[in-house]
Amino acid sequence: MIRPDPKDPSPLRIDEVLVRKMLVLFIRDETTKARLRRAVIGVSGGVDSAVTVALATEALGPENVLGLFTPYRISSGESRDHAQQLSKKFGFSLEEVPITEQVDAYFRARKEKVDRVRIGNKMARERKSIEYDRSWPDGIVLGTSNKTELLLGYGTQFGDMACGINPVGDLYKTQLRELALSIGIPEAIVRKPPTAELWEGQTDEGELGFTYADADLILYHMVDRRLRPAELVEHGFDAQLVTRIRELVRRNHYKRVMPLIAKLSLRTVGHDFLYPRDWEAD
Amino acid sequence: MSIRIAIAQCAPALGAVKRNVDMHMSWIARAKAAGARLVIFPELSLTGYYLKDLAADVACPADDPQLAPIAKASVDLDISAGFVERSADAKLHIAQGHWSGGKLIHVHRKVYLPTYGIFDDGRYFGPGDRFDTYRWAGGTTGVAICEDLWHVSTPYLYAAAGATIVLAPSASPGRGVAEGGDLGTAESCRLMDRFYASYLTVYVVYVNRVGHEDGIAFWGGSEIVAPDGTVAARAPEFDEHLLVGEIDPDLVARERARNPLLRDEREDIVLRNIAGRLGLPFDRRD
Repeated sequence: MIRPDPKDPSPLRIDEVLVRKMLVLFIRDETTKARLRRAVIGVSGGVDSAVTVALATEALGPENVLGLFTPYRISSGESRDHAQQLSKKFGFSLEEVPITEQVDAYFRARKEKVDRVRIGNKMARERKSIEYDRSWPDGIVLGTSNKTELLLGYGTQFGDMACGINPVGDLYKTQLRELALSIGIPEAIVRKPPTAELWEGQTDEGELGFTYADADLILYHMVDRRLRPAELVEHGFDAQLVTRIRELVRRNHYKRVMPLIAKLSLRTVGHDFLYPRDWEAD
Repeated sequence: MSIRIAIAQCAPALGAVKRNVDMHMSWIARAKAAGARLVIFPELSLTGYYLKDLAADVACPADDPQLAPIAKASVDLDISAGFVERSADAKLHIAQGHWSGGKLIHVHRKVYLPTYGIFDDGRYFGPGDRFDTYRWAGGTTGVAICEDLWHVSTPYLYAAAGATIVLAPSASPGRGVAEGGDLGTAESCRLMDRFYASYLTVYVVYVNRVGHEDGIAFWGGSEIVAPDGTVAARAPEFDEHLLVGEIDPDLVARERARNPLLRDEREDIVLRNIAGRLGLPFDRRD
């Protein structure tokens, strides 16, 4: 019996040994089914990509994993150090591909005033275009968006959210940190404040206005256990926060689904032409 | 005298029937080499599970030539395997065939088609409408395909009709990874297998597949649970495995002598109760 209680994070605990096994098998099997053999991962120095790249090395062998560190001029030296530590520890090759020149060149040519969100989105998409380029011809791009980000829509559509397969998308940030420690990701990487480093001083929790610990527990009871927002409030969860999170989940749902296709014919991709992706795959 | 059976805990390819037939042949050969009298494959073993629109593409009548190699191989040992059956009136069913001595001797069509959560069976398939037992060398048997087994009435009806074996071919996706327990689905299934086996005094032969389909992992963990509630054999989780175990009719007899729940079962009360509630005629037959 699981009781929703804002002071009890224990329902979020996972069996790390089982999860690790399931994710390694997932990466191996779904990469093979796509008739590919290598994995390409944007390694930012943060915990999400750290877990993803570590699992990929276990699944495919470090020689089949390419990590890409793609700094912009504001990226920190600490991020680079952490990416390099991971490369050394898990044995995958890490390449540095700076994105400052192309991002700055593009925005220099714009006449209008550019919001920092636009620059951040451009950076995320620039990085992804490099990952896809480097995946050719036999690699798959692994996604690193966790369940918290996916549900809150805290990511750039077709940017950091884009991927061939995503091993960590069903793990809340809290769970992912727990898994990270159990598979040997250095503590400094797991414990540092999460940031997308899209502008100086940005942190996830600062930008969102709440902590992952609080959000994860609310999302867990709302999504996994199907409790209504009103029930969560009755159990002592903060009403404003519950409403805010529920609204983020709803408003950003478009980011989690394929683009809408106008239905015209008798059979339409996405609507009633429904084949599995692993169609006749080995 | 006990009879040896084998469970092929395999990973079928989605929508590739020819390839799956070949895959079956190699498991059949291994089961035969292990001295098994029956080899059981999981739900939809010849087609894969999450077929969506592929269901219509891979469907065939039970006597279709593409299943002929299975029929032929059953000269050596019995084979229970899953396929999409297209009925004479062109309905699609999730089916499990039992081939013996070169012939198809029984087909069960999945009755309960889960259409909720991660399941969408009811969109693509029509339901079966009966739970019939049949006989083979191992004894009187009933087949419960995956969700069929989750309905308490299914194994009950089989046991009431004289079955000593319930074959449960499944395609069970693994989910529930909370700390402090087994995989959530595994726990539920094991509880179910053990409960049915003990209280209906039957063998429950749970046959699950492994591998992935569109990101969903099937967790394996196939097992043979004896009528005394003990696990006679169990396969590992997530890995392909040929599980060999024994079915002992004497054990069924001993358990039923010790624990005659089935003998004392009042089917007439069950039937009168249900018939009364549904407003159906019920004539007592004395």
